[in-house]
Amino acid sequence: MSDFSTGLADPLKEANEPTSEVVRFGPETPLLMDCGVALDHWQIAYQTYGTLNAAKSNAILVCHALTGDQHVASRNPITGKDGWWTAMVGSCKPIDTDRFFVICANVVGGCTGTTGPASTNPETGQPWGLSFPMVTIRDIVRAQRHLIDALGIETLFCVAGGSMGGMQVLQWAASYPSRVFSALPLATAAKHSAQNIAFHEVGRQAVMADPEWRGGRYLEEGTRPSKGLSVARMGAHITYLSEPALHRKFGRKLQDREAPTFSFDADFQVESYLRYQGLSFVERFDANSYLYVTRAMDYFDLAADHDGVLAKAFAGTKTRFCVASFTSDWLFPTSDSRAIVHALNAAGASVSFVELESDKGHDAFLLEEPNLFATTRGFIGSAARARGL
Amino acid sequence: MTLPDLHTNRIDLKLVAEMVTPGSRVLDVGCGDGQLLALLAETRNVDARGIELSREGVAGCVARGLSVIQGDADTDLAAYPDDSFDYVILSQTIQATRDPRLVLEQMLRIGRRAIISFPNFGHWRMRGQIFFLGRMPVTDSLPYSWWDTPNIHFCTIRDFVTLCDTIGAVKERAVALDAAGGRVGVSAPWWFWNLFGAQAVFLLKRG
Repeated sequence: MSDFSTGLADPLKEANEPTSEVVRFGPETPLLMDCGVALDHWQIAYQTYGTLNAAKSNAILVCHALTGDQHVASRNPITGKDGWWTAMVGSCKPIDTDRFFVICANVVGGCTGTTGPASTNPETGQPWGLSFPMVTIRDIVRAQRHLIDALGIETLFCVAGGSMGGMQVLQWAASYPSRVFSALPLATAAKHSAQNIAFHEVGRQAVMADPEWRGGRYLEEGTRPSKGLSVARMGAHITYLSEPALHRKFGRKLQDREAPTFSFDADFQVESYLRYQGLSFVERFDANSYLYVTRAMDYFDLAADHDGVLAKAFAGTKTRFCVASFTSDWLFPTSDSRAIVHALNAAGASVSFVELESDKGHDAFLLEEPNLFATTRGFIGSAARARGL
Repeated sequence: MTLPDLHTNRIDLKLVAEMVTPGSRVLDVGCGDGQLLALLAETRNVDARGIELSREGVAGCVARGLSVIQGDADTDLAAYPDDSFDYVILSQTIQATRDPRLVLEQMLRIGRRAIISFPNFGHWRMRGQIFFLGRMPVTDSLPYSWWDTPNIHFCTIRDFVTLCDTIGAVKERAVALDAAGGRVGVSAPWWFWNLFGAQAVFLLKRG
């Protein structure tokens, strides 16, 4: 049911019947998950841009971050806003949809059309909620591989993404090296740090502390843990920025008032901004999805799957890599990217790496960053020449 | 495709490129804007990689499609396994490293051969500036004043040969170039090179 006054889609409906393309899988193609569960009724929602060439050699898979979705370069049906990476993906953009066939799928555990806790469990007819199996980055990538199989694509020309999207890029390169011609992991890490797990735990506890969460059964009971999820988003949002960016944007400026009100109103602009970020987030995102997908990031440790040696994850790889980090990103600092680069060097992989100057923090990879665009254009252009595109 | 001018007037780069067997794996340490990498990729068909300290240099290289990582010769060579490359090149950079001996040892560990080019601090012009003016030399190829130079470990050709002997590196080829870029007499003795060579290029292998 869509809201006719705004033309926006109902988030709950999007979880099961998205406006995007969907591939549905049955018991003949179960999703084998790391936790041991085989999901035998599941679906993956995706968007595509551009045209797949006859040789099916020009496909780029874009992987979205924690609270992203498949609407990378087109209007989001739930928010009515532009796609989340229109700066990077589109006609004549660094990831050029005139040249390449771009695919972006919602992650398993997400809430915009790929099976997750907000989806209906076919066995019970109720939302999965907390009975949904725990998700890992590898599960997310496995599901994407099923989609790529279904699209008849053998080798992806490039897999690209930032943050949690970058984790998926690394997992793709490690799990299916022969199917990834080039890889562009941005502002990411091969494992989630203790600090990052700690921030996620605060977010999850905020959701679960909201009485409207109802032990995860809020969808059945007709409530929403909006306050808890909003607080989780506010806290997380700070980690995506940097002190200089916050200072430049807000400083200590007051919100629509001349003097402090001596109350707990949002006196400061930065408070008002965070409250708005929290409120707008709860309108588009499922609280249980937030728990599951943050957990997937926490569990990510690519080296742990390879005797603790990250280089082994990339042994013998022919994939061409380009790794980039940002100077002011303290959530996924440059040292995380360097660890990836050192492992790739040790594996003899073809790798480029650059730390880009930006004061915008972790979010820089989503924003107008000319240096990132130049780097991406150069990398994709040279990979395309090597691929004969 | 915008690659740097391949018809480079940098004689030393051409000399280095000549020493590289076509089709080999090459790491250029301190690759700058990628001029040598582009020359090698274009004329020697090599699998060329680079390391560069400056952010601008790396961003420019990557934007040109070269495989370059931002890193430091002093710290980042340790991440590469033994025999990763056929050649590891250090072009006009050794004098700017903190620990030239360690860098040289790492180069000979990760590469089967090492190529090093460097400015000769024993050249007569250098000696002349110190001897007659009593000042640290400033030349066209080394234009820095003592207080702003990135070059912290100058050596003469003779000093370099001594370091090679100390670490047991074998000199397969050595060429000295005069200030005009011409080769200093091949059969000339070391002292002659040390006086008239403005720069030198050495091809080394492990002893």
